Amino acid sequence: MSPKTLYDKIWDAHVVHQADDGTCLLYIDRHLVHEVTSPQAFEGLRMAGRTVRAPEKTIAVPDHNVPTTAGRDTHIDNEESRIQVEALDRNARDFGINYYPVSDIRQGIVHIVGPEQGWTLPGMTVVCGDSHTATHGAFGALAHGIGTSEVEHVLATQTLIQQKSKNMKVEITGKLRPGVTAKDITLSVIGATGTAGGTGHVIEYCGQAIRDLSMEGRMTVCNMAIEGGARAGLIAPDEKTFAYVMGRPHAPKGAQWEAALAWWKTLYSDEGAQFDKVVTLRGEDIAPVVTWGTSPEDVLPITGVVPDPESFTGGKVEAARRSLDYMGLVPGQKLSEIRIDTVFIGSCTNGRIEDLRAAAAILKGKKIKDGLRAMVVPGSGLVRAQAEEEGLAQIFIDAGFEWRLAGCSMCLAMNPDQLSPGERCAATSNRNFEGRQGRGGRTHLLSPAMAAAAAVTGRLTDVREMM
Amino acid sequence: MTPFTTLTGIAAPMPLVNIDTDMIIPKQFLKTIKRSGLGRNLFDEMRFTPDGAEIAEFVLNQPAYRKAGILVAGDNFGCGSSREHAPWALLDFGIRAVISTSFADIFYNNCFKNGILPIVLPADQVEVLMEDARKGANARMTVDLGAQTVTASDGRSFSFEVDPFRKHCLMNGLDDIGLSLEKVASIDAYEKRTSALRPWV
Repeated sequence: MSPKTLYDKIWDAHVVHQADDGTCLLYIDRHLVHEVTSPQAFEGLRMAGRTVRAPEKTIAVPDHNVPTTAGRDTHIDNEESRIQVEALDRNARDFGINYYPVSDIRQGIVHIVGPEQGWTLPGMTVVCGDSHTATHGAFGALAHGIGTSEVEHVLATQTLIQQKSKNMKVEITGKLRPGVTAKDITLSVIGATGTAGGTGHVIEYCGQAIRDLSMEGRMTVCNMAIEGGARAGLIAPDEKTFAYVMGRPHAPKGAQWEAALAWWKTLYSDEGAQFDKVVTLRGEDIAPVVTWGTSPEDVLPITGVVPDPESFTGGKVEAARRSLDYMGLVPGQKLSEIRIDTVFIGSCTNGRIEDLRAAAAILKGKKIKDGLRAMVVPGSGLVRAQAEEEGLAQIFIDAGFEWRLAGCSMCLAMNPDQLSPGERCAATSNRNFEGRQGRGGRTHLLSPAMAAAAAVTGRLTDVREMM
Repeated sequence: MTPFTTLTGIAAPMPLVNIDTDMIIPKQFLKTIKRSGLGRNLFDEMRFTPDGAEIAEFVLNQPAYRKAGILVAGDNFGCGSSREHAPWALLDFGIRAVISTSFADIFYNNCFKNGILPIVLPADQVEVLMEDARKGANARMTVDLGAQTVTASDGRSFSFEVDPFRKHCLMNGLDDIGLSLEKVASIDAYEKRTSALRPWV
């Protein structure tokens, strides 16, 4: 048998039917659902008189537009948001799917709740009407975002019509230097390959620096595979993966655990497996980075300067010019001299316990810069509770941060957490698109530790100066 | 879904690279529980000032392009989120085809589910079509899905690739779910087989 990649193995295990032209019907093991991309899909089911084929494999949680302030379990002011959340309540009840409403401590960002509850397991296919579904690839699960038509398709059939993607390997060799995190890895990869570098591919991340990451760090890396254009990001499961999964509410137990483990241990790319594209970065070369523009590929080490648009080629010249105009920056300006108004720590990229620990370690005993607005939005109610138990919440509050309830919040600003025009934000989220965090808002993406450092100084800051 | 066979229409030039889904339809318009009516907010923040006035320079506000049915765009069109509101907004505005050198994966899929044809062509050909689109309303472009060609107003014609299954579904306006449900016996068999093999799933 010819050697297979990890992606090949998971794909092969899920083919229900293959047509002559290679189009496959792929079985979906877990379908995650949230309030924004699902109402039209449930409406479609009702209109066609169809039902949810596997409600026990379908998990719903409201996250995108829920407020992150107290009282939201009894009332949401914004009428349209309230209607979407109520629609999800009703659809979850009517179709009998697993549900974590806002009143449940387990509620949170769908990509944090899935792994936390043990719904996400190695070797699974996981989909959700959200592009950051790639997060679950950290477990060696084939996980990707889908549109609402496909949400309806999965609800009705528990399958997706798919064409196989190509295999791409991203290897991070060696060790990371102090102050460099998973977020710096994933941003640096996008900086190197561009936002279309992974288009048509599934990326497998490997190498010593990836193996050394915790599960939280691996989720951060895979989360942004989509920002590099890839359909999904994958990391082969190992002892860290199994240790994370063991004992979670929906993880297998007893004899089933043993059987699962035996299969999970076969989930790696075989020696000699062929990749269509290979990118290698040295872990030692990666620095703490920030974004300067309005595309996640606009990445530079914090020690750098704002680039000159003329230094690019093709359509990127105009795009960079437009970015700098939007961002209010000039070529040659030092990145570490860019003053900020706001700090946002949270999102499916960096809203896990380890992220909060990293930020709190920098903030301990310090205060945020006068006049700055700073906010921590834990990724789930359970992350929030754990952070309170560990004393992290108090560190944030003492430093001057707002300590919020779980949700997507200012990552995409569908709820009341938004930037005003011109407001400049250091954000641990995943997209720095124009208007992403609020019309006219200016976003600089960075790691939680870098965000904490920026909160203290009021400008983009090299976290290594504070370690 | 409305079938797509041929389309002759005005093409609007949008040479910007990395036009993302937040530009196509900003998130404040995702709060709807319907698919229709999003066309008025297509490219909202590029098209209108915060108080709702039209920005005259924006291509779809120019008299020649107000009824555009085709977009010719820069590389990596549709990157960003999975929101199907992006193709819904394009469709509701009247755009049925988008031409670029590359598309983001999820957006590309979403187009086919909604009767929109995304066309990938090499950079030099996209540049020719971009120039043609710049001529305005007198320059009608023709997309022929059956023949897999795009023809500029001066008669120059380019061939494009499209997956045969997607082409078939688009040309006939077929509902994917109905097609997949015809394979329900295969799905049943798969579930039976894997529940023995991987009972923890």
